[in-house]
Amino acid sequence: MFKINAERNKFVVKILSDNFSEAIVQQEVILDMLCITVTKEAINPFLLFLRDNNELKYDFLTTLCGMHYPEIDQLGVVYHLHSLTNNHYIRVKTATELSNPVLPTATNIWPSANWMERETFDFFGIQFQGHPNLVRILNVDDMTAFPLRKDFPLEDQTREDKDDSMFGR
Amino acid sequence: MANELHTDYWERDFVRTEEPKEYNTLNVGPTHPATHGVFQNIMLMDGEFIVETEQTIGYIHRAFEKIAERRPFYQITPLTDRLNYCSAPLNNMGWHMTVEKLLGIETPKRVDYLRIVIMEFARIADHLICNSVIGVDSGALTGFTYLFQSREFIYEIYEEICGSRLTTNMGRIGGFERNFSAKAWDKIRYFLKTYPAKLAEFENLLARNRIFMDRTINVGSFAADRALAYGFTGPNLRACGVDYDVRVMNPYCSYDEFDFFIPLGQNGDTYDRFMVRQEEMRQSLYIIEQAIAKLDKMDDKQTYYASDPRFVLPPKEKVYNNMEALIWHFKIVMGETDIPAGEVYHCVEAANGELGFYLVSDGGRTPSRLHFRRPCFIYYQAYPEMVKGTMLSDAILTMSSMNVIAGELDA
Amino acid sequence: MAEKQNSILTPTTAAAPEGISGQGFFATSLEKAVGLARKNSLWPLPFATSCCGIEFMATMGSHYDLARFGSERLSFSPRQSDLLMVMGTVAKKMGPVLREIYIQMAEPKWVIAVGACASSGGIFDTYSVLQGIDRIIPVDVYVPGCPPRPEQIIDGIIKIQELVGNESLRRRNSAEYEALMKKYNME
Repeated sequence: MFKINAERNKFVVKILSDNFSEAIVQQEVILDMLCITVTKEAINPFLLFLRDNNELKYDFLTTLCGMHYPEIDQLGVVYHLHSLTNNHYIRVKTATELSNPVLPTATNIWPSANWMERETFDFFGIQFQGHPNLVRILNVDDMTAFPLRKDFPLEDQTREDKDDSMFGR
Repeated sequence: MANELHTDYWERDFVRTEEPKEYNTLNVGPTHPATHGVFQNIMLMDGEFIVETEQTIGYIHRAFEKIAERRPFYQITPLTDRLNYCSAPLNNMGWHMTVEKLLGIETPKRVDYLRIVIMEFARIADHLICNSVIGVDSGALTGFTYLFQSREFIYEIYEEICGSRLTTNMGRIGGFERNFSAKAWDKIRYFLKTYPAKLAEFENLLARNRIFMDRTINVGSFAADRALAYGFTGPNLRACGVDYDVRVMNPYCSYDEFDFFIPLGQNGDTYDRFMVRQEEMRQSLYIIEQAIAKLDKMDDKQTYYASDPRFVLPPKEKVYNNMEALIWHFKIVMGETDIPAGEVYHCVEAANGELGFYLVSDGGRTPSRLHFRRPCFIYYQAYPEMVKGTMLSDAILTMSSMNVIAGELDA
Repeated sequence: MAEKQNSILTPTTAAAPEGISGQGFFATSLEKAVGLARKNSLWPLPFATSCCGIEFMATMGSHYDLARFGSERLSFSPRQSDLLMVMGTVAKKMGPVLREIYIQMAEPKWVIAVGACASSGGIFDTYSVLQGIDRIIPVDVYVPGCPPRPEQIIDGIIKIQELVGNESLRRRNSAEYEALMKKYNME
């Protein structure tokens, strides 16, 4: 169904743990993808290393998205990187506290991170330090809440024609 | 003055000028006939030339990712329809394959081939709109009205299979909701027979047309390394000369059994993007023919969904006539089947590039987080760099050749 | 007569309104003559935001051919159009733009909301989507569907034509219309 490149995973993990033994919080293989959690202090050098190391070459930022973990009051960012030369994906996770969500930007590593980080800021309120233009991108400028956090209601609050008792809201 | 008018504009230096210049600000969008979607570009103009562009998007932001957190898995399919609505089935099937990957459902070969037929039709339908719109923006409306008839034929094929035209909601997790009817096969075969001639005629209209070539060659060109840095995928990246195609690199849905070319461009300009899409349509036809040949060779003509009653919605006839099917239907619809916890990233080669789904499930009825990697959203941010220093009319063509779909851009 | 006129299959040659005809003359009220002229030469402004816009392209295309109903002249400038066709989701960010476009249109003007999103917000009952454009501008005809088929869009156009043809010349000066505009905070 899907292929797991176990050898490659092992190889990547070995290189990473040699260089970032303290920064790596957790490493696991979920379904078909190698998934590594690093501390937020190390995230920028870690990503830079992934891009520039000659044997890893994760030179393509596939996507970047925010996460909200309400149980532990944390906000996270998940990076999906793709090495086009080795055809290998890696998922890098990092997290920051909800009360002071600050993370370093990845725009200095990949220009494509620009809008993705703006979107993440728009949705979750994560402050990316060093971002050239960190303003809202999809929502209206004067919005104050961060809509993709779990405590934000999905439905439009101005509707009166829906009987909430029927919908369990 | 007369001299100035005749200078070649490529030789002019736009940014560093001796005397202070007067710039104009031009607002294009959010509803402008030339933007083909709702996004705004505020351009700083030096006469006809663009000095700077500032983009504003989000004019049809619908909060898909938030809605997806409140919907059961099978109800997310209609949302994916509305991402890139020009090629809805591609998004549907990408989503279904993502969920199948998480649930560990193995689809039968016949389902894979049927999916490939539909996905390639969707690709044709999308490229066809993009290329004919490039024609419209360079002043040739004929190609558009002409090629749209072919799109109507594809709509009819969709209708035979799932009943709707544009936002198809086609297929279910694990396969299709019904088998392809004989009429659908007739229509598919008719399309395959008639379309190549139409496509050739359309290409004759534009590809060697002097005006079209002058308007598109070397317009909006982009270097391969910049394209990669900006996260380009799909035809736009391939026009720059990078042969990255998800169908080949990480084959899904049995694409590895198929034989096809990946067309590449050289300069990454508007003309290359047009030609890459033209050739991809031909390759798609070729893939569909192979898929049909494979399906014809199979003895099995009935299987159209995976045999996994825990997650695959049973067909309606069985729900009405069979006790177990009714129970499973009820359990799936009422959300009593346990979705395993886990996270998965799956990507398909959609019409615009790598369409990825990052799905996190915490074991509940709905995803705990679903993120769409929308190719448009990622590559549209390179637009200011692409159009810097070019003329306004070229910027319009560049945008239409990038095929930015507002639904996918804003999600 | 009226039913036959409205059939999609019949080519539209506008039927003469009711009136008195005799040898060499035909008399009808000015209102009816103006209504006849207006309804068969609507200039639509396609405000296409998403999926329904693609179906509108199909409606304009050679297969369905909206030109048969006298509205093939798309006007992308609000100042030169009679009919605002809102097709697709209108987000709250887009709301002020839509309102501005409606205000810029010259009287008499009509609005048609094509698709579930424009009519009511559709499946997108979310914080970012306007729950129906009738919250910010008055709407004359709603076309249901997600997206509606081209036939449905054509049906909506025919419904608008009926409204236009029967509209009183003084309607836009009436107190009722003024009250409607006031409801939407427009002068």
